[in-house]
Order: sequence, then C-alpha cells, then structure tokens
Amino acid sequence: MSGISRRKFLKSTVVAGGSAAAAMSSTKSAFAMKEFEGYPDSMGVLVDLTRCIGCRTCEAACNKEHNLPEPAVPFDNFSVFDQVFHGGKQKRRPTEKAYTVVNRYETKAQGAPVYRKIQCNHCSEPACLTSCFVNAYKKTKEGAVIYNADVCVGCRMCMVACPFGVPAYSYDSALHPEIIKCNFCYDKRLKNGQPPACVEACPQDALTFGHRKTLVKIAHERIRSNHKKYVDYVYGEKEVGGTSWMYLSSVPFDQVGFNTTLQKHPILDNTKSFLGIVPMVLGIWPAMFLGFHLLAKGGKGEKEDKSKNKVEVHGE
Amino acid sequence: MKNFIKAGFKPVDSLNDPDDGHRWSIMQKLLLGLTPQEYFKQLRRNPFNWLLFIIFAVGLPVIVYRYYMGLGSVMHGSHDYPWGLFLGFGLFCMVPLSASGFLLGTTVELFGHKKFKPILNLALLNGLLGYLFAVIYLLVDLGVPWRLYYPMVISWGTAAVLFLVGWHVATYLTVQVLEVSETFFEWINWPTAKKYIHSGTIGLTVAGIILSTLHQGALGTLLTYAPGKVHPLWYSSEFMWIFYLCSSVFAGLCMVIAVSTVVKKTMAWRCNSDFLDNLDAITIGLAKGASMALVTYFAIKLIGMTHDNLWVYLTTGWGTWYLLEIGLGVVLPIILFSIAIRKKSVGLIRFTAFLTIAGLLMNRLNTALISFNWNLYQEIPHPLETIISVTIFALFIVVYRFLLYRLPILYSWKAVPAKALASVPVLDQAAPISTQPQPEHQFAKGMSS
Ligand code: SF4
Ligand code: SF4
Ligand code: SF4
Repeated sequence: MSGISRRKFLKSTVVAGGSAAAAMSSTKSAFAMKEFEGYPDSMGVLVDLTRCIGCRTCEAACNKEHNLPEPAVPFDNFSVFDQVFHGGKQKRRPTEKAYTVVNRYETKAQGAPVYRKIQCNHCSEPACLTSCFVNAYKKTKEGAVIYNADVCVGCRMCMVACPFGVPAYSYDSALHPEIIKCNFCYDKRLKNGQPPACVEACPQDALTFGHRKTLVKIAHERIRSNHKKYVDYVYGEKEVGGTSWMYLSSVPFDQVGFNTTLQKHPILDNTKSFLGIVPMVLGIWPAMFLGFHLLAKGGKGEKEDKSKNKVEVHGE
Repeated sequence: MKNFIKAGFKPVDSLNDPDDGHRWSIMQKLLLGLTPQEYFKQLRRNPFNWLLFIIFAVGLPVIVYRYYMGLGSVMHGSHDYPWGLFLGFGLFCMVPLSASGFLLGTTVELFGHKKFKPILNLALLNGLLGYLFAVIYLLVDLGVPWRLYYPMVISWGTAAVLFLVGWHVATYLTVQVLEVSETFFEWINWPTAKKYIHSGTIGLTVAGIILSTLHQGALGTLLTYAPGKVHPLWYSSEFMWIFYLCSSVFAGLCMVIAVSTVVKKTMAWRCNSDFLDNLDAITIGLAKGASMALVTYFAIKLIGMTHDNLWVYLTTGWGTWYLLEIGLGVVLPIILFSIAIRKKSVGLIRFTAFLTIAGLLMNRLNTALISFNWNLYQEIPHPLETIISVTIFALFIVVYRFLLYRLPILYSWKAVPAKALASVPVLDQAAPISTQPQPEHQFAKGMSS
C-alpha cells in the first residue's frame, strides 16, 4: 500500500524536523507509530444527483440529529436555492450552523434543474487531518473523518487545506470556538453500523449507504446500465486520493459546482518535495557550516583570530 | 531627544557615570540618564509619539474587544478565507523580513566577515523582534490562543508542515533571545552570563541556520496544502519552499538596510562612530548579498514558470498583477542595485531596499490572501482587522525603539571608564543636565547630519 508507506515516511520526516530541533529524538518513534491501517471496511455514501429533487429533507434530518440551531429559513422553504453570495459567485455552503446544504443548479446540458448535496466527503487521505498540527482529526476505521475540539488551537489550517471547502468555524464564540463539519453521524450511528440521518431521511433514495468498495462498483454499474443518463465519471473515486462520499451526475460535474480540476493524488503529497529536504538539512547543515567556519578561521590563523575577536567585542 | 543631545546631554552608555564614576541605577539606565520629567518632556515633543498614541488609543480597545467578543467581531468570519491579515501579514510577511538574524550571524560568526560586525546586533534584534511579533499576531489570530503550547506538549500532529513551523519558530525564538541576551547582560552588568552566552555563539548560529532554512521554506510549503485555491502563478508544489527560502534572504538583508536607514535618520545620537562610519560600506555589502539572492530568486521563478508551464496565465488580469509584482519587486531592484553598487550610491541602495521590501510584502500577501480563492471571490479585510494589525505593528516599532535606545546594539558598552574610577563621589541623583548648548560635544556633531 503505497499510501501507507508514504504517510509513514512523511510523518517520520516531520517528527525528525520537529523533535531533533528540540533534541527529543528518543520520543520520535513513539509518535511516528500512529498509522492508518488502510481502510478495507471504510463505509461511504453514493450521492446520485439524478435522483435528488431538492426537498431539503436531508438538511432537516441532519439539523435535528445534531441539535443544530434553528435555520434562518425553514427547511420547507425553497427560496434558499435562489440565495447567492459575494456578487453572485457563490451558492450556499456548509456553515457553523449547518453541516450540509443542498444547492440548485440550472444547467445548459439539461432543462430541469439539478440539485447537489454538500457535506464533508470524508476523504481517504484527508487534507484537513494531515495539515492539522495538533492531530485534532481522526479517520476512523468506518471511514468517518471526525474532529476533536478539545485539542484544536484554532489556527484554521484545516479550512485552508480542505479541497472541498467544508470545515466551518464558529468565529463568534469568544471562549469555545471550534471547527464545525459533518461527522458522518459517527457517534450515534456509523459506529454502530447504522446509516447516517440524512441518508435514512432521503425520500428519493438519492443517497446510498454502504461499503465504499461496493459503492464504487454500484456507481459504475449504474453508469453502464444507463449510459445515456449518466456522465461516465464517479466524482470522488479518485479525487485527492479518493473520498468516502461519491457522486453520480447527468450533467458535467463542473456545471453543478464541483471542482473538476482537483489533483488525483492526496494533498499530502504536495508537501513531499519539501519534507524530503528536512533530513538532509538536519544531517548535512551542521557539519557543512561548521566546516565553513573552521575554514574561514583557519584562513586567518586560528589563534590570532580568536584574540582579535575578543578585543573587538570588549574594547570599542 | 535631539534637543537634549544638542544641549550636551550624553545618554547612558557605560557602567558608571563618566562624570563622577558612580554606577548607574537601573532606573537611570531605563531613563537613559534623564530625569523622569525630562524623559517625558522629550516623549511629548516628538510628533511621532502622538501618532503612536492615537493608534494605541484606538487599537488597544479593539484588541480587548476581540478577546471579549470572539474573532468574528473583528474579522469577516469567512469560512472561505480562514486566514486574514493577522497571518497573511503578521506571519507570512514578518518572518521573511526577520531572516536578518541568521543571515548576518552566519556571515559574521561563521564566515568571519568582520566587516559586518557593527550591524550584527541590529540584525539579530531585528530577527528576534520580527519573530516575537509574528507570534503576537498569531496570538490574536488563533481561535483559542491560550492553547498556543498545545502542539508542543499536548497533542502532536506530526505529519503537518505547520507542526514543523510551530516547533521551529518556538525554538528559533529561544535561540534568538539567547543571541540578543548578550547585549542585555552587558547592559544590566552581568558579565558571567554574557561570557557564558558568548561561548555558545557558534552553536546558536548553526542552530539558527538549520531552523531558518527549514521554517522559511515550510511557510511556503503550508500553501501547497491548498492547490487550486492559490492562483497557479503563485503556486508550485515543487518549488514553493525554495521560493520562500530564497526570497527571505533578500528580504532579511533589505530589512537591515531599511532599519539602519531609519536608525541613522532618527537616532544617530545613539550610534557610535563604529556604526555610523562603517554603515555606508556595510550597506553596499548587504546590497551585494541581496542582489545575488534576487537574481537567484528570479532565475528559479523562471524555472518554476517553465516547469509548470504557466506562461498562458500571464495574459490574464492575474498575469498583469503578477508581472507587476515581479517587475517592481524583483527585476527593478536587480537593475537598481547593480547601478547603485557600481556607482557606490548608498542613497539609491536604500531606496531599492525599501522597494524590495514592498515587493516582498506584495508577494506574501498575494500568495496568502489576494490570489487565494482566486476562482471564488475577493475579500477585503475587515476594518477592525486592519486596525489591530496596524496597532500591533506600532507596538513592534515602540518595542524596537525602546530596546535600541537602551541596549548596546548601535553603540558599544563601556564597562570600565578609566578616569572616573579615581574619585568616589556621593551623588545619589542623576546628574542635572546642563541646558547650556555645548556644540563642541561629540554627540552634537552626529545630530547635525
Ligand atoms: S472533505 Fe474536507 S473536511 Fe472532509 S475529510 Fe476531506 S478534507 Fe477533511
Ligand atoms: S483549526 Fe484546529 S483542527 Fe484545524 S488545523 Fe488548526 S488546530 Fe487543527
Ligand atoms: S452524515 Fe450525518 S452529519 Fe453528515 S450531513 Fe448527513 S446527517 Fe449530517
């Protein structure tokens, strides 16, 4: 599993960088140990945009399940689909008050509008997790990416890193601000093998819960058996190393708000070329610069230089 | 202050009062040898202090407000722009501008270029304060600032680049405190400690190089977590760390030139002749270093452009903005520096240093803020966010000036004044300052320039 060995390698390099600086190399291995075992049992959800009718039932179910604040616009009011922000450039997104939102897209390719549900995609190699310097995130064996507010420092690096723009931050709290995002209903449901609230609530069967591996097969099967209806692409199968939530669509994905330019390999890989130099710098620099130093001194005659040094420091 | 100097006043620069030989008390050292009344008089007379006063009067309450009401009260609280000026300016700009410490430490202590010695302490202090204030900006920006030490002791996100940045900035800050503490121990008269620190200079300097190489680069690498959000022209997963490291070299050097220019203009009375007489030659030397780094930077930028095939973007609006940054902040400085070095025109070098700094600010803000989310929308920083940023920067200036006035950074400490020790006078008050002009005094000469 190249993914695992890559992570292991990167982890130990940064640990080396951090701890060697603090002369704590003995603890190094202990902290590099925490490893993902791969995700053979990862669960996931397949979102079929062709089935979604924009009823917002999933939004309501999620809100209820997690005791989120009452929404400004009730869930049976569809005027939210007309909301645009920042000069019309942006539709709704998950916020500190909503783990998930559904947006409507009018597309050229299709007369009828297309609806798309947005929530955390529970990446296989989550950028939020790997960018967090206090390890606040965890990828569970069931595939959920969950967050622990107790250690979060609030640097918001994870928000910068998430390629899907998912994590929100409760900026208005002075004492307990935290990252807020969909947690795959991990605590009350996923952990016990139950499907998430939104999936269960969907009246259209637009959301299919299952093992990620199976879902990939189902997705391709749906495309094959109905290739006129679907775009031949499973969004999330490969994006940034694969995500647990994946999408099928009848219109090109970039027309319904998906970022189709994302890299296929994990975001973590981008730091590789830098992390590669860390051990080199740690290993080579001290000897090299001390060598330079001795050379520079040697050129002038060591003893003479030393005494001169002293005079210069004290004698002006 | 200038007026006092004109009047023949000599600020504390030695262990004992040269007139009567008694030891300066800490209080007298703090007030530079002035009486409290005189000290406040000179504070009040300086119009710049009034400006600072206004900034603090407005800014400090806003900072208090931020801690009471939460970050959302002073920022837009955007989920798309998690980082604003506090990090975009405070971290991404302050850190490269503070590379001066390790650069001159290396030059003087390791390579033995004694020519730069007079400016070494200034460069070290500039480094220390830059980092210190980067951390202060961070304390304002963090959602839960009282957990700043968490990545150190509570929970280790060891695969994260930010983890490396955090550790390195913390350790490097310690290294710099030690480096600068040499002058402090001299000032409070604790020679043993000074000697002890001095014996570790080489170790500290090497540690400084390692830490700086890594975290300057790491800062750039932070943005490789956000490919697609940062505009391709400012992004490179391969070269980001080299760009950031290399630009920190000329940024740090130009910052020393800029600060020394300000110092020469506004506090020449505090500088000794070693500093003032050598400054021009040193400035030219620094400019040579800076222009070499600039050329290297420009070359690797070109390689990066070709590698990622970014030429197509140059025709867009972003391309124009990018060309402006490179043109004003890199190419023009290269040209101006080379002219100025050839003609030995220190004035032009100083101007170019400021220009280069502006270019660097542009680059860092462009990567971290302006071109961030280029395909979403642009965000203009919240007014209160701007006010806080300015306030902290003003605080930076005040602390900077406070230390320069006192610690033997621009001048050297006179430990044993030979003459004065002979008599043992019984004076327990600061010597009254004569108000008679004594133009023949050596400090008055410094001021007239
Ligand atoms: S979608 Fe974003 S928040 Fe969710 S796991 Fe992936 S990177 Fe993390
Ligand atoms: S905001 Fe919290 S969870 Fe996100 S990267 Fe920072 S410390 Fe980690
Ligand atoms: S999986 Fe759970 S938390 Fe996530 S959107 Fe659905 S209901 Fe909300």
